[in-house]
Amino acid sequence: MTEPEVEELLRQLTPQVLGALLRRYGQFDLCEDAVQEALLAAAVQWQQRGIPESPRGWLITVAARRMTDQLRVESARRRRERAAAALSPPDELVAPGSDADLPPERDDTLRLLFLCCHPALSPASQIALTLRAVGGLATAQIARAFLVPEATMAQRISRAKQRVKAAGARFSLPPEEERADRLRVVLHVLYLIFNEGYAASSGPDLQRADLTTEAIRLARDLHRLLPEDGEVTGLLALMLLTDARRPARTLPDGSLVPLAEQDRRLWDADAIAEGGALITDTLSRAAIGPYLLQAAIAAVHDEAAHAEETDWPQILALYELLERVAPNPIVTLNHAVAVAMVRGPRAGLDLLATLATDERLAGHHRLDAVSAHLLEMAGDTAAARERYRAAARRTTSLPEQRYLETRAARLRNEAR
Amino acid sequence: MKYVVLIYSNPAAWRALPAEEQDRVIKLHNDLIDELTETGEFLNIYRLADAANTRTLTRPNELPVVTDGPFGESKEVLASLWEIDVDRVERAIEIAEPLTQHSTVEVRPLMDAAGMEM
Repeated sequence: MTEPEVEELLRQLTPQVLGALLRRYGQFDLCEDAVQEALLAAAVQWQQRGIPESPRGWLITVAARRMTDQLRVESARRRRERAAAALSPPDELVAPGSDADLPPERDDTLRLLFLCCHPALSPASQIALTLRAVGGLATAQIARAFLVPEATMAQRISRAKQRVKAAGARFSLPPEEERADRLRVVLHVLYLIFNEGYAASSGPDLQRADLTTEAIRLARDLHRLLPEDGEVTGLLALMLLTDARRPARTLPDGSLVPLAEQDRRLWDADAIAEGGALITDTLSRAAIGPYLLQAAIAAVHDEAAHAEETDWPQILALYELLERVAPNPIVTLNHAVAVAMVRGPRAGLDLLATLATDERLAGHHRLDAVSAHLLEMAGDTAAARERYRAAARRTTSLPEQRYLETRAARLRNEAR
Repeated sequence: MKYVVLIYSNPAAWRALPAEEQDRVIKLHNDLIDELTETGEFLNIYRLADAANTRTLTRPNELPVVTDGPFGESKEVLASLWEIDVDRVERAIEIAEPLTQHSTVEVRPLMDAAGMEM
């Protein structure tokens, strides 16, 4: 097996191995450390000696051994009274049979996702913990993806685990009445991981761009576990339909290409087909939520072979639905673009005017950028240029700034 | 989001403070750094040498000129620079608030190489 194949296998097995350990020992923080150590040992040893007959059993055995070592250290510290319990050998784990003897628990990945995306954690901690405990990424890899020192990321992960423990979270599915809310948090975390990677695909940080692949992998796992959930399907479809445009969204020099100007022949047709099929299946039978609607909008864009063929009335109808299901100012911004494309730029600008007093968007560069775009459509060159410049000053993204400055400069040249 | 926290202070006013007050403020800063290291929000700190060590480079005509001491007439000079990584600007401001004792503090986002098409 090649190195990437070994890594892929290890990462697939991570939640299963961690699940097996958690069922036996129940201590998330220690189990998670033990699994990480087993993964590291496997990465080295499997390269040299080949894949063991039962990779999953191998990992569980090694991780369980680390775990008993850990518990021994702990129990020595806590004196004798708890030692007896901690030292009892995990029989079924020390001598595993073939993988078939130890059927993986179907819900382990799901339980782990709920644990890592616990509401007691900040989004940054939920992301880091999910990537490590469910994604099987090493701390160093996560640190590189988020451009922070490894020690900082290690600290975030260890603190997140302490918090999960302090919150009394258990390795079980949340009670039925909390399930929907908790699932929404999980989906949001996967969405954030995806966006982090997608935004980075314009920059030099390829390591960070790999996060899209990771988010799609996790969303696929989740979809496999909850195939009936419309929002899970919607999120997976949204990721596929967005990522499909990745090869066209930047030029070789890293500059951004807006949707209308992308070379659509570069789009990933397989991903578009897969995302489209997921939506078509789901729209007819599941409740319609925000991810499914956003995926449907992405699908309409992706179906147009040329920007001029885009079915804007359809997109407008979907944004009207989205505003009803999940109103927020960013949705209104995009809605205004659709209004402008169907009813003309002035109608779009009228809708934007309703956002001028929205505190959630105050000083946000996107409001300036969209206004500039619609003013340009309306032929108000001077005002458009001002808003492009304002947006360029406000964004904290280098490629966005470059794009916005180019737009402003282009208008200046035309005005001459 | 990554931010820098820029802490400006007046060296003369600082030196005029009683030693206990200086110790108290230094401890406050160090405790905050410890706390942020523990939460995984702290990335880096640059403690700047006394402004008397500054060399300022300008180019009044065709040639660069080097002068001793900081640029401009301001009594407040950059004393230290922290780099933090937080979820929201509100959190960055919350972190910076206790640093305003005897200092003026600026919180500014760092540019990111990532971006979304518009």
